[in-house]
Amino acid sequence: MPLLSVTDLQVDFTTRNGRTTAVNKVSFDVESGKITAIIGESGSGKSVACYSLLGLLPTPPASIEGGTALFEGRDLLQMSESELRRIRGRDVAMIFQDPMTSLNPYMTIGDQLVEPLVYHHKVSKSAARERALELLTEVGLRDPHATIDQYPHQFSGGMRQRVMIAMALINEPKLLIADEPTTALDVTIQAQILALIADLQRKRNIGVIFISHDLSVVADIADEIVVMQQGLVVERGDRAAIFDHAEHPYTRKLLDAIPAGSKAVTAEQREDLITVSNLCTWFGQGKGKEPLRAVDNVSFTIQRGEILGLVGESGSGKSTIGRSLLRLLPITSGEVLFDGVDVTQLQGVGLKQMRRRMQMIFQDPYASLNPRMSVYDTLAEPLLLHGIESRKTVEHGVLRLMDDVGLPRAFVRKYPHEFSGGQRQRIAIGRALATRPEFIVADEPVSALDVTIQAQILDLMLELGSEYGLTMLFVSHDLAVVRHIADRILVLYKGQVVEQGTGEVLFNNPRQEYTRQLLQSIPGRALIS
Amino acid sequence: MNTVVVDSISAAEQGTSLWTDAWARLRKNRLALFGLWVLVLFSVIALLTPWLAPYAYDAQNLDLGPTPPSAAHWFGTDIFGRDLLTQIMYGGRISLAVGFTATAVALLIGVTWGAIAGYVGGRVDAVMMRLVDILYALPFMIFIVLLMVVFGRNLLLLFLAIGAVEWLTMARIMRGQVQSLRQQEFVEAAISLGLSPTTIVRRHLVPNALGPIIVYTTLTIPSVMLLEAFLSFLGLGVQPPQTSWGLLISYGAETMEEFPWLLIFPGAALTLTLFALNFLGDGLRDALDVRGSGD
Repeated sequence: MPLLSVTDLQVDFTTRNGRTTAVNKVSFDVESGKITAIIGESGSGKSVACYSLLGLLPTPPASIEGGTALFEGRDLLQMSESELRRIRGRDVAMIFQDPMTSLNPYMTIGDQLVEPLVYHHKVSKSAARERALELLTEVGLRDPHATIDQYPHQFSGGMRQRVMIAMALINEPKLLIADEPTTALDVTIQAQILALIADLQRKRNIGVIFISHDLSVVADIADEIVVMQQGLVVERGDRAAIFDHAEHPYTRKLLDAIPAGSKAVTAEQREDLITVSNLCTWFGQGKGKEPLRAVDNVSFTIQRGEILGLVGESGSGKSTIGRSLLRLLPITSGEVLFDGVDVTQLQGVGLKQMRRRMQMIFQDPYASLNPRMSVYDTLAEPLLLHGIESRKTVEHGVLRLMDDVGLPRAFVRKYPHEFSGGQRQRIAIGRALATRPEFIVADEPVSALDVTIQAQILDLMLELGSEYGLTMLFVSHDLAVVRHIADRILVLYKGQVVEQGTGEVLFNNPRQEYTRQLLQSIPGRALIS
Repeated sequence: MNTVVVDSISAAEQGTSLWTDAWARLRKNRLALFGLWVLVLFSVIALLTPWLAPYAYDAQNLDLGPTPPSAAHWFGTDIFGRDLLTQIMYGGRISLAVGFTATAVALLIGVTWGAIAGYVGGRVDAVMMRLVDILYALPFMIFIVLLMVVFGRNLLLLFLAIGAVEWLTMARIMRGQVQSLRQQEFVEAAISLGLSPTTIVRRHLVPNALGPIIVYTTLTIPSVMLLEAFLSFLGLGVQPPQTSWGLLISYGAETMEEFPWLLIFPGAALTLTLFALNFLGDGLRDALDVRGSGD
């Protein structure tokens, strides 16, 4: 008998605009000691399905309309709130996407770990602390005796996620629900956390539900895969069946969306548009403190029409380089030549004219658009500012931009919150293109998006890149994405360039240990090479 | 909202879409509209009082004395036999003028000051905000008394003086808002487009900080009206035979056991105004928050 058996689960949401079925007749099983992955994009109902099992959805607006969820023979959906409370955290534990927001910033991790033990098992405080230390060692926290009394902000993202896992395991749950546990992490850290989850689950023989939008993440660890789309399970099967002979077109679309292969590189030599020499951007110098060398003596060139990929983990200085080139951050020293002009020396009108020629696309399409400006205002602003269109012609300019980035013209009066993530990123791309720039810095432009949307946006960027004759600096932590889009790749580590070359060369003959480590970390490596 | 003609956008809609959209949303909010109409009505009455008032504001009738509401005097008369309706109408002129002018002054200085301090940051911010702290620490009564002593008693000066005290909190709220907003990527995007700092503050920061500002404004107007009453009571503001709602209420309160109407009617006028302000303020905040719209 499976540990958890969900049959025909249906969850509806009732809002002012009517009723929608978020989860429609969903069935899946979780076995002890196995990982069941639920895959789908945002809005597919994958999280709603799991949250509804534990009574974690606010009702109303949500309501469970039918189905059964047998956990060790008892139906979770029929349980009272107090029965559920005893199951949550003890028999079933959860790990969330963002370890920072799910840990209490005002409690040491030790106290947070001990709390559920004392609550559920009435264990003495000192015994609970011993247990906490054991677990922290097991999840691979460095030096648990020293760090157990630290606060969440003193840990890195990966370490925090380890703490979360320790917290989830402390009551020896039989079922672990992991909701996008690695989405906020760097690739190298992601690989470690995935390995940790798989390892713990095997050792302790617990069942795991792993929720993700990205098939490649679960390629190495899932036993069963459930693919959801718009509330429905479209395909279910073991890992081999899904990856080798997926039947449903949506599953195949998901598989195709995994960026694969290197971009074909043209050998033609073009003039250098951008020459960066000995660029340093340090933070917090002065007051006798040792500055943080975010970017340390970096030199590279970008040819006209080229897409240069910049890869590194968080803290490697990759975003800082992009912002330094665009004069969004003050640089410490060095030179940035753009078409022969030193960007770092520009002031006033010269700087404004230079800004027209270089633009940026940001990571988070939710934060990079002014929430109080409609699409029309957002796109019209740069057109008018740089005199590209006059007041009379600006609306044609706006509509043309919307056509270019594939947004229906009818949306022109809408505000950012009315759009999906992918559509917002299209607006942001439209704004960047409005000034007819020659150079664009794209800072993780797809990492906040669902996989299928990622593929669309990448294609759009490639297409517009050649249409507008753009030169691009593409910043990302995701080697697979960069390899797909970039002509040449720069690998960054601790503020310095450690290796550069074409995607082909880098993937097949990495010379540096760090590059090799990055490549090892790409989830589902087998799928993309 | 989807019915917009897509190939050409009417000229009227261009540029000010936030405000046109806000107005469209405000019109759907009945309470806010009620508030708006009450305020408009009171303002019109205040402007036209010299022609509308049933009696002269200084006309006394000592023989009549205090009388309850009657056909000749709808709201009754006070101890000098003056018509209370007339008094309330003339008082409204002063109270509304103080309320709106002083608040407008506070808004203008506070929002500008706070936005600059928050946006520029660093040393400029430190100096500007320390100045605010110093002014906070000054007992504002002494400040106003000093102004009155130096420049003489003058209604316009009174408005400015109150406004000059009330902007401090506004500046702090605005600075906090701007500080958190300027970290957002859309501000960086605006910088990289080449917009000037003034435009960034005006187009990107202020509209996003409006919510708390509007709420605080609706709280400021009544507190300013009451402040004026207090100052007048001390002999620093309006003096009889001129009057204001605040003054009428404080006189009415003294005699409320014998002549309750002297308190009830001016109190009702002030209360109605405050309700109207709050409804309008809430409505405005919702209307300007594009995310709140259900469409």
